[in-house]
Amino acid sequence: MSAASLHSRTAGKPSAGIPPTGRGGAPRKARRNRRWMIFSLLPVVLFFVVLSVFPVFNLIGTSLYDVRWSGGDSTYHFIGLENYRQLFSTEVIYWAGLRNTLIFAVCAVTAQMILGFSMALAVKRAGAMGRTLLTGIFLLPIVVPPIVIGSVWRLVLGREFGLANGFLGLFGIPPVDWLGNPDIALASVIFVDVWHWTPFVFILMLAGLEAIDEEVLEAARMDVRSSWQEIRHVIVPMMLPTIVITLMFRIILSFKVFDEVYLLTSGGPGTATEVVNFSIYRVFFNQDRVGYGSAMAVITLFGMTLAIIVGRGLLVRKRKNDERKLEQ
Amino acid sequence: MKSRSLGRAVSTLTIWLYAAIILVPMVWVMTNAFKYKIDIITGTVFAPITWSNFEALLFSRQSNFASALANSAIVSGTATIVIIIMATMAAFTMTVMRVPNWVRWSILGWALLFNMLPTLTFVGSWYLMFASADLTGTYFALITTQIVNLLPIALFLMMSFMASLPPELIQAARMDGCAYDQVFWKIAFPLVRGGMIATTALVFIFSWSDFAIALTLSNSDTMTAPVAISTYAQEFEIRYGEMAAATLLTIVPAITLILVGQKFIVRGLLAGAVK
Repeated sequence: MSAASLHSRTAGKPSAGIPPTGRGGAPRKARRNRRWMIFSLLPVVLFFVVLSVFPVFNLIGTSLYDVRWSGGDSTYHFIGLENYRQLFSTEVIYWAGLRNTLIFAVCAVTAQMILGFSMALAVKRAGAMGRTLLTGIFLLPIVVPPIVIGSVWRLVLGREFGLANGFLGLFGIPPVDWLGNPDIALASVIFVDVWHWTPFVFILMLAGLEAIDEEVLEAARMDVRSSWQEIRHVIVPMMLPTIVITLMFRIILSFKVFDEVYLLTSGGPGTATEVVNFSIYRVFFNQDRVGYGSAMAVITLFGMTLAIIVGRGLLVRKRKNDERKLEQ
Repeated sequence: MKSRSLGRAVSTLTIWLYAAIILVPMVWVMTNAFKYKIDIITGTVFAPITWSNFEALLFSRQSNFASALANSAIVSGTATIVIIIMATMAAFTMTVMRVPNWVRWSILGWALLFNMLPTLTFVGSWYLMFASADLTGTYFALITTQIVNLLPIALFLMMSFMASLPPELIQAARMDGCAYDQVFWKIAFPLVRGGMIATTALVFIFSWSDFAIALTLSNSDTMTAPVAISTYAQEFEIRYGEMAAATLLTIVPAITLILVGQKFIVRGLLAGAVK
């Protein structure tokens, strides 16, 4: 695990300040360089414009229409903001989904961060035998297709022949309907997500911990009395960049959740495990309400964009404040 | 010193316990793939081994899983190759050349934002676009959307690898009169191969795992392996054995990669997560 790659955040800036040559034959070479620049960037720009920028406008446009399908043909009726009015007044499922998505994100990410960080601390401080094998096992949930994770846990949590209930049965505990009981279905889905993503947090945290300068740590150790103080006042502040980045990354990913929920519960029972992505999918593809689905997608897109911009803004401001404090 | 070795034992134990929690459900499902249905239902641990689930899955006429695996390979393979070529060239230009600021920041800004937004908000629009061109259910629709979906990650990864090239080398080549396309082919391309392998591995894995796009844009002929698995799970009577066998076959690329290129995946994940 190279620690250096964690600090390659400056990749966006031109790494080599190469001076322009300005010798003879320069115009021809400048043209050639220009041609290369366009040739190398154009495909990326084209893909982005056609398949990710245009769709946003397409969604906004479609959200103003009532779209009806008949025999493979669609007819569009302009209805203005009616879809949005409906979404904000009579819609129930989408907002239940938003609530669940927030609960899901907060609970799952908190658990993953705490578990992942503690395990990384334990391994860093005391070491563990069989690092390569361990890393291999921990990578497994990350690289296995999410749909497979869903399928594995659907079988494990299955009411009748599942491993979980089989295990409880050994102690004489009656079978639990993990995914069918509205009171515990969301908790089950969160549990699966924690299982799925804690190893990822662990790997990032361990890399961050190993990047801390050992001498700085030794020096700081003189000033603290307990290992709890050391964690609280030395390790956590030094790890803060890694912690914040991992946290942001996980929160964003948890808003993308779809595959596992699709297989585990399909949002049910009722709206117990409904998530935003599933609502959009259902309205779009099961109910064929394309205009309404577009309105949902637009609101989700803009809500998330706003959240991301505000989140990043806060982060940048915090970092600037910290730097100012350091200078004083 | 005594407490230190005790701490070591406890931490080793904890971490291996977690590893066991990861492994047990996976291994349990994998073993089901080799059991008869009756042994799965009764929960027999040491049941006689059978290949019947794999036979039913791959060779029976009702099953389309063999073609689903082939579809997955075609879609992910093509998409990965195109992504790597595009991302490597663009990453070189963005890292080494003086790209006008507005071009740089519109590409990077959009890539960053698009990468964070849920794919599900875009599939609806993609469906409408491809439907109006009568292209839904084609490999073309699946591959192009896969490309745009994973292009940001590949771009960020390749940029971090390009940034670690020694600047003196590039400068020297420029002094010798190389134009940037020559610098790319003669200096950057050979040196960044390790990074390209890491990115290829990660992009292929993500593309192979994709479910949302394939679910909405494929039809019964172009269905990929993850979509096929989801249909098994939703049938009225779940065919446990075949589902387990399908699961096992679908994670073969992931397992192979862990065994062969563990270092690459970790490196790629670290570089990718930082963005």
